[in-house]
Amino acid sequence: MRSAIFFILAVAVGAAIFAFCQLINNEYLFFAGYVVLQYVVLATAWNILGGYCGYVNFGTAGFFALGAYCTVAIHKLFPIPLPLNMLIGGLVSGTVGLGTGYLTLRLRGAFFSIATLALAVVVQTLITNWDFVGGARGAYVIRPAHAPLLGSYIEYLFVLQLALAVVAVTAARAIERSRLGYGFATIRDDELAAEASGVPTLRLKLIATTLSGALMGMAGAPLPYYVGYLDPSSGFNLAYAVNSIAMPLVGGTMTWIGPVIGAILLGAIQQIATVTISSAANLLIVGVVLVAFVIIAPNGIVGLIETQLRKNPT
Amino acid sequence: MTTAVLEVENLSKRFGGFVALDDINLCVAPGERVGLIGPNGSGKSTLVNCLCGTLATQSGRVRFDGQPVDGLSAHQRTRLGMARSFQLPRPFHSMTLADNVRVPLLYAVAARAGARLTAENIEARCAELLGLVGLDAKARRWPRDLTQVEMRKLELARAIAAEPKLLIADEAMAGLSHSEVDDLLGLLVRLNEAGITIIMIEHIMRAVMSFSQRLIVLVSGRKIADGVPQDVLRDPEVERAYLGQ
Amino acid sequence: MDLSFELLINAIVSGLLLGAFYAAVTSGISISFGILDIVNIAHPAFIILGSYIAYSVNAAIGLDPILTSIVMLPLFYALGMAVYQIYHVSFERRGQEGLRGLAFFFGLLFITEVGLILWFGVDYRYVNADYIGPTLHIGNVDLPLRMLIPGLVSVLLIVLLQLYLTHTFIGRAIMAVSQDQLALRLMAANPVRIKRIAFGISIATAALAGAFLIVIQPVEPSVGREYIGRVFAVCVLGGMGSLPGTLIAGMLLGIVESFTATFYGPSWSPAVSFGFLLLTLAFRPAGLLGR
Repeated sequence: MRSAIFFILAVAVGAAIFAFCQLINNEYLFFAGYVVLQYVVLATAWNILGGYCGYVNFGTAGFFALGAYCTVAIHKLFPIPLPLNMLIGGLVSGTVGLGTGYLTLRLRGAFFSIATLALAVVVQTLITNWDFVGGARGAYVIRPAHAPLLGSYIEYLFVLQLALAVVAVTAARAIERSRLGYGFATIRDDELAAEASGVPTLRLKLIATTLSGALMGMAGAPLPYYVGYLDPSSGFNLAYAVNSIAMPLVGGTMTWIGPVIGAILLGAIQQIATVTISSAANLLIVGVVLVAFVIIAPNGIVGLIETQLRKNPT
Repeated sequence: MTTAVLEVENLSKRFGGFVALDDINLCVAPGERVGLIGPNGSGKSTLVNCLCGTLATQSGRVRFDGQPVDGLSAHQRTRLGMARSFQLPRPFHSMTLADNVRVPLLYAVAARAGARLTAENIEARCAELLGLVGLDAKARRWPRDLTQVEMRKLELARAIAAEPKLLIADEAMAGLSHSEVDDLLGLLVRLNEAGITIIMIEHIMRAVMSFSQRLIVLVSGRKIADGVPQDVLRDPEVERAYLGQ
Repeated sequence: MDLSFELLINAIVSGLLLGAFYAAVTSGISISFGILDIVNIAHPAFIILGSYIAYSVNAAIGLDPILTSIVMLPLFYALGMAVYQIYHVSFERRGQEGLRGLAFFFGLLFITEVGLILWFGVDYRYVNADYIGPTLHIGNVDLPLRMLIPGLVSVLLIVLLQLYLTHTFIGRAIMAVSQDQLALRLMAANPVRIKRIAFGISIATAALAGAFLIVIQPVEPSVGREYIGRVFAVCVLGGMGSLPGTLIAGMLLGIVESFTATFYGPSWSPAVSFGFLLLTLAFRPAGLLGR
């Protein structure tokens, strides 16, 4: 299936989802749905670097919050349309991804991972000490009175995140099937052999890091308008880091659909758990599920399905 | 005077205090068949790694086809036309055999040939390459399903896929049966007749002697002989250091 | 910015003491990451676990935290061996340390932190011991005992570990296992068993480090994460597996952090260690005394 056709199908599915939610007409669905869609983007973005290339990024929160704080900073100067905020957030986070990659991707994967962790903390510390965006006290971001095109503002946010999810998933799938995807896979399998086969590994890794960071930044850009009040401890919440790793690993890291499955599954479980038990408990669940899957089912749900299909070809 | 395919001047490599290569000088003419032998640990694979850019060198110069390649990364050298097989096979585990040989086509060859490679071309070429080493029946299989010997053949096929001017085969025949060795020798000779310069690193003396026009001997990181195979084998230093073991 | 001599000297001294503590905290990582090449980013979680155990015992029966940790050493050693066994069977043997091994340790870090939040809550916990209050005064220099004692015991720990690694058979086998597993087998030592022992030792040091931590400062569950940057910065800067290097690097970091906190305020401290780490990785990954 060509990427263009897939994109049209994805848009159609997205439209159907939105129509379905409008039919049920419960605002909570849009609030919860926004979070799940945000995780679809984060998980897909993480997987481009983590699942395809084999480089683990612990600093998702850094790239994500950077996008959010770009929006805060711009909002305080001169509010602009949200899609523009997303583009700017993507640009900034993508550039930071490029920079981090350039500094650390020549080293082993383990060092890169540790560096991403360090980056997230450095960015958080810088933002915490930047009073213009509220510093440690946080910032209030007031939603505009009217949403362009649609009814309520939350529906508008939902649609934006939905659109981004469609774009992210289409992009991930297109990469998978392209020459770039082969290159990424060789980096994951054996970087030395990849270089010997003519693959420009550093360049490809930088592409992956930049793209991944940019998508994360775009996913974070609408956040201030979603929550209304943003402070560093919630923006840089560890939940983003652990979820963006757990969702692809649980769903399956080798294809685009793994992160989507993982995001929907874990996202839904967490929404339910937060409401029924507590938000700390739901994070514990994510952690336990992550460790369990990594030990027992390393290829995730997609891997389990594939193994079943191979045993019983129907 | 034709430009040498490979010129190595004063190449040295140390790992901490350990000198792996000591002032290596050699020249390979276009179309030559060179054999490289030496005891285990003499630095043969280290030399290959340094020539191909996998390892950085402390001193010395390497010129490929008249062009200095020092400082170029491994993938850049592969694109220029140097290809090597790894002594311990390093296949891409998550891909089929066909995809394994597809990678050099997509990255090393495509950068040169440009639009000549269409999707059908690539498919056909993958099958052809696997066929050269007798693995075409297993094109859709995974490296984990291969025997050690088959993995070495895949390794060689992947190196050939890069359409090199210089092919360095690092112990590609280890573990092969008598007839398999003959098959591979035939393949290498055919490639050489088509214009590819070949450096063969081997322990199987029969293969090295029948294949090489010139023999280079490496012992403890130093080149101790370089010449016609029969003469080199009669060299007393070579006998003492290598053959006498 | 008041650059009085007294302020300066005290910043240096507290930096040295803090640094010695950082070295003790890092000693476990020097073994697991520097020598064994296992990226155990959950190490700070084990340290915090040690802190909370020391706190619980101290609150219940008033036992000194450092003594508690010494009693806990065998348990943490066993825990380390168990964790390594799981890691080895699930990842090392399958060749998947890269992605899944890392995710495993990250998951452990996470589970520990959230588990502690659920059990103890997010309030700061501290211990009571005779040496937490008083301060020694030598001339212009203030030596708070709660920093001096852990600092000195930290140095002792590093010295003992170094002696162990260089003078015992198992210690030398541990150093060798990172370099040549085949030679190790020929010496009739099983590399997996050696690595298991080494990882056990690495986690055992976390018990001590945890006690030192809660003596020096009150702890709450997320404190562990601040230390990830510190331990890896010190480990890399110290040359990956060199214990003397770790001590020097630790003290260097301690002094820089101390200066930053004294003259610019403590809210910048996390950035110091993580910034250190980024700079080291970018420009001198072989460390000060590079291997």
